[in-house]
Amino acid sequence: MALLELGQYGFVIVLLMIGLYVLIARDNLVKKMMGLGIFQAAIILLYISMAKVRGGTAPILIEGGGDVVYSNPLPHVLMLTAIVVAVATTGLGLAIIVRIFESYGTIEESELRELDRSSDKADRGAR
Amino acid sequence: MAPIELLLFAFLIAVALLVARLRDLLAAALLLGIFSLLCAGLFVLNDAVDVAFTEAAVGAGVSTILLLGTLSLTRREEKSQPTRWAPLVVVFVTGGALALGILDMPAYGDPTAPIHQHLAPDYIAGTAAEFGIPNVVTAILTSYRGFDTLGETAVIVTAAIGILALLASGRRWKGGAP
Repeated sequence: MALLELGQYGFVIVLLMIGLYVLIARDNLVKKMMGLGIFQAAIILLYISMAKVRGGTAPILIEGGGDVVYSNPLPHVLMLTAIVVAVATTGLGLAIIVRIFESYGTIEESELRELDRSSDKADRGAR
Repeated sequence: MAPIELLLFAFLIAVALLVARLRDLLAAALLLGIFSLLCAGLFVLNDAVDVAFTEAAVGAGVSTILLLGTLSLTRREEKSQPTRWAPLVVVFVTGGALALGILDMPAYGDPTAPIHQHLAPDYIAGTAAEFGIPNVVTAILTSYRGFDTLGETAVIVTAAIGILALLASGRRWKGGAP
């Protein structure tokens, strides 16, 4: 029974795991940013689930409602900030990816590593 | 947990798995927009209406546009790669640790949970008395925690400067090369 009550958190963990796998296992840099986005969305979902009060309503005050139960507004505010910051970091990350593509001509991590290695070798050969 | 929440979570996980599997990055970017919209639906079910419309506008809108812009400047196809097992082990160990942590959390929606005891009642009571506006989230965002919002704005400005610097230097490098 306790497990069923924690159901929402369980789903969040599954989403976190998918995001983390895409972030660390895939070669493509844009795909990594997508994994980061899934990861961030799962974290935000976790906090929003914690704010829910059973039988509560959205934290917008109802006039004359004396005993209305409101959900916790504080995590909502913090996650609003988190969403906007997430977009800022995503934008910066994508800009870095565009620059990498302009310089290297690829956004696959393994190819980037190869290119770096071969240019190191060429440098050593020139010396 | 209501059936509608189960349905939304099932869709979320299916979309996330598709994003992880698809090699067409354009399709993955559009699916990520759907992912954000499904998240917004779950936020509404969890009473977080302000977060829901921010996610729908910023997550499903701006993020998708940023991704599409990046794809138009880079490549649309992802190269195929073999499945890697070491990251999978890391992911499952992390998931297991998180699951252990979740077991100690208060039940979902429990009104006696510690998170609901300290600041939130003061904020809800204070919003009516001190501001006279109905939306508690607005009152906290702009006043009780105004410095948080100021910091958030600073982050956005920094990110914007960073993006401009990165992309502008790229153009110069391209045009000025001998």
